Amino acid sequence: MIRGKIIKISGPAVIAGGMTGAKMNDIVRVGNLGLIGEIIRLDRDTAFIQVYEDTSGLFVGEPVESTAEPLVVELGPGLLGGIFDGIQRPLDEIEKQSGFWMARGLIVNRLGREKTWHFSPRVKKGDTVQGGDTLGEVKETGVFLHKIMAPPGIRGVVKEVKKGEFKVEDTVVSLEDGQQLSMMQKWPVRRPRPLKKKLPPDEPFITGQRVFDLLFPIALGGNAIVPGGFGTGKTVVEQTLAKYCNADILVYVGCGERGNEITDVLTEFPHLEDPKTGGPLMSRTILVVNTSNMPIAAREASIYTGTTLAEYYRDMGYNVALMADSTSRWAEALREISSRLEEMPGEEGFPTYLATRLASFYERSGRVECLGEPGRRGSVTIVGAVSPPGGDFSEPVTQHSMRVSGAFWALDAHLAYRRHFPAINWHKSYTLYYQPMKDWYLKNVNHQWDNLRTQMLQIQQKDAELQEVVQLVGPDALQDSERLVLESARMLRDGFLQQHAFSPVDASCSLNKQYKMLNVFILFHEKCKKEIEAGIPVTTLLHLPVREGISRLKEIPEERFDEHYARLEEEIKEVFENLHKPELTGVNDGAADKGI
Amino acid sequence: MELLTKEYRGINYISGPLIFVEGGKRFSYNAMVEVLLPNGEVRTGQVLEVSSEYACIEVLEQTAGLEVVQTTVRLKEEVARLPVSKDMVGRVFNGRGEPIDGLPEVISEKRMEITGIPINPVSRAKPNEFIQTGISAIDGNNTLVRGQKLPIFSGAGLPANELASQILRQSTVLGEETQFVVVFAAMGITHREASFFLRSFEDSGATGKAVCFLNLSDDPTIERLLTPRFALTVAEYLAFERDYHVLVILTDMTNYCEALREISTAREEIPGRRGYPGYMYSDLASLYERAGRIKGKKGSITQIPILTMPDDDITHPIADLTGYITEGQIVLSRHLHHTGVYPPIDVLLCLSRLMNNGIGAGKTRKDHRQVVDQLYACYAHGRDLRRLIAIVGGEALSELDKKYLRFAEAFENSFIGQGDTNRTIEDTLNLAWRLLKMFPGSELHRINREVITEYFEEILEEAPSPYYKPEETIP
Repeated sequence: MIRGKIIKISGPAVIAGGMTGAKMNDIVRVGNLGLIGEIIRLDRDTAFIQVYEDTSGLFVGEPVESTAEPLVVELGPGLLGGIFDGIQRPLDEIEKQSGFWMARGLIVNRLGREKTWHFSPRVKKGDTVQGGDTLGEVKETGVFLHKIMAPPGIRGVVKEVKKGEFKVEDTVVSLEDGQQLSMMQKWPVRRPRPLKKKLPPDEPFITGQRVFDLLFPIALGGNAIVPGGFGTGKTVVEQTLAKYCNADILVYVGCGERGNEITDVLTEFPHLEDPKTGGPLMSRTILVVNTSNMPIAAREASIYTGTTLAEYYRDMGYNVALMADSTSRWAEALREISSRLEEMPGEEGFPTYLATRLASFYERSGRVECLGEPGRRGSVTIVGAVSPPGGDFSEPVTQHSMRVSGAFWALDAHLAYRRHFPAINWHKSYTLYYQPMKDWYLKNVNHQWDNLRTQMLQIQQKDAELQEVVQLVGPDALQDSERLVLESARMLRDGFLQQHAFSPVDASCSLNKQYKMLNVFILFHEKCKKEIEAGIPVTTLLHLPVREGISRLKEIPEERFDEHYARLEEEIKEVFENLHKPELTGVNDGAADKGI
Repeated sequence: MELLTKEYRGINYISGPLIFVEGGKRFSYNAMVEVLLPNGEVRTGQVLEVSSEYACIEVLEQTAGLEVVQTTVRLKEEVARLPVSKDMVGRVFNGRGEPIDGLPEVISEKRMEITGIPINPVSRAKPNEFIQTGISAIDGNNTLVRGQKLPIFSGAGLPANELASQILRQSTVLGEETQFVVVFAAMGITHREASFFLRSFEDSGATGKAVCFLNLSDDPTIERLLTPRFALTVAEYLAFERDYHVLVILTDMTNYCEALREISTAREEIPGRRGYPGYMYSDLASLYERAGRIKGKKGSITQIPILTMPDDDITHPIADLTGYITEGQIVLSRHLHHTGVYPPIDVLLCLSRLMNNGIGAGKTRKDHRQVVDQLYACYAHGRDLRRLIAIVGGEALSELDKKYLRFAEAFENSFIGQGDTNRTIEDTLNLAWRLLKMFPGSELHRINREVITEYFEEILEEAPSPYYKPEETIP
């Protein structure tokens, strides 16, 4: 047992002497209260410790004890539906012990020890097993199959397999060499879990959000960053993705954010029905929560805790989505600890290793061939929110994240001010995943997908150019064909890109509906273009009542959509045929003439 | 309540508000100490850093007059605590928590740590009770709910105090008799502002229901770091142990942040943006997060911090970090103030993140969300057009665009600019509908046909659509 004494306290940074033999990144218990800390620097017998709890009231000279173990998470059945703090302590257990105030120095088991699980073996006596092999299965929540895997690095011949009800620490498989395997394993959070190989990103991570799926999609196993000033809707984007994406498991890391936001998730997720299983969404969600007023060192760890939990479910062959809100707060925690250690600062006071840390975090995403037999494929998709000071994207966290992320979803304050949500700026945002996934869309949704997308992008590009002209000379100076572009762009903005996250009908939109909606918008645009070339004035076309039906297309529920779509398409064709019969144009005077 | 009364000599360094004392072993981190001057004067300090060699202490009342040899320091308490009691309601204290209203010391029921222990996120209850402030721009567009923290972003010379006191005066929860207890923390505000607030408490009959902590502009700067913590500690006690609904007003957060910067500079820390410390986000969060509701507790803490944006700059670190922590913001506009609109709230920049929890059928009205979205869309468009005509003139606009301009004008003057009146939520929403009637129904994209039909049949009739039939929108 290594036991030293505190020689200095400065906020979350504590320095202890007499720690000879302690290892880097070991977990220590600090002071008489036994606060949890981690060694982050060693200088002969002096250890620099970041403490995961508030250090108020500590005296110099109080003891520091090393546990000789790095910061680990406990993996096994019982994680789903759980709410943990940044170092995987279940918050409901903490509540049981200390009430609604978070007491310090509590010792709680990270994974419930008492609950029993029904273990169904998938190996038999005499089988050779090694790291990653599926030993058996457990029904974790409802229908969800939790695969009990041999911990990485293990190898041996099975001597005995048990079947039935067990607690997580009970031995379920014994090997010839005497090793006892239980349903629980531990893994250090700062080390990525091993895998066979990474796979190319050619399948989409479907979000149900038109602006993402159509314009800026990411791949399963990809990663994206969502930067935006306050009030631009980062958290709503993260939560909406969590609710409607096509991942099997959700890991939501609330990192340095608001307590009441977590309450929102906690009250909402248990009641949201999961379209996949019919059960509540919460039963396939893990929350890692370290709100802004909880200790900052634990905030630093929360990202790694979340990632390791996500990797564990990936290794079972599931698609996992990891939402991190917000990586800027994590970077700030890094900065604060770095400055307490008196390290030489880099840009804006952030430590110089910020870029490396960000890169290694985002690199833990990926679609992989999992370790072990039987062969499985799983993925971790990371969506990280970034909160740039003053909404200025030139700051270090945004810039370093941009270099490593595959998609950039820029939130725009001006769109948010006018309540255009999701407030994704379609000129600044980009994705690097579309090209490798293009074939998937052509094959699985519609062969016209790419054409329509290109046409939409062209209209938006042209619109941006024309807006500049309008700002200088007014809309009157434009030709009819140009005014049509402005109008179509506006229709696309309001009727297509805008999506109300809290609307019961429109919160999520299937790829089929997305494609068909866009098809209608483009059809209308093309028809108008043709008429304008034939000499019909743009004002006549803009007064066509059918436009309103197009604009309100998103209000039509999925189950009636196909039928509705077919009728609307017919109607548009009919309207344009009738256009040349003057008595049937159905113009209402000036009503729809909204200009730009 | 002195725990240890041993005194220590040996100050070896004084710089700005900080003193360094030899032998840090006797002081705990964040401890409260008393600094005794040879002339018998006693000042209060807090330990910022300890090591075996020294302790670094910030002195709340500045270090003027301190000297190295004869000044002694003694530990008062391992952590800063405040004696709290129900009797504090109706009293006035200074920024250090000592009574200044001429009445005797409060007999404490309990001593609570002022740093505030974080509330376990799973113990929080969702804030969802609508508070009617009687102000349309808030009730309608940026609804406040019980347990929310909603700051007012002001500029120098803008009527933030008037607005705050109006909110205080008019706030009610529909269908309830209970009123708020007000906890008021003044940090570095002038005597004039402080007396404005005290008078307005009096006028509204809130004096007997207010706890005031006053650190005025001529009081010690460093004390400001503790003032809001004292206030929030009382608030927590009243809300979670005495079942009160507490409304906390913190003004002016800009002065607080400046005190924070001063300490940070004195400690020679690496400065962040504009010289403010890198941990300002976490520090502000440790104040703002002390709002909310707790499961199984009757009381609640609603926070209205007020801050002055230097040069009206919303991207200034103080406003910026506040906006990242609080659940929205109410932003005042100099332009509206100049045009005589009161309250001069720029609704486009405002936000209430908890609004959806507090509105809708059974709380305010079914049409609330959609009507407000529509107001925003129309007003934003009107404002864009206003910019446009400044460049290209009004002739280029269509009839409809002119309607948008007129709408923006009317919205500012009658909806936002309500003056010192108290409107019910019904009045606010009906007024919104009256303004929206300027437009044909086909322009109101943000409102379902169903809702339009229910609330304003006549709008529908103006713009018949042969394709779009109301029954098709019902999900």
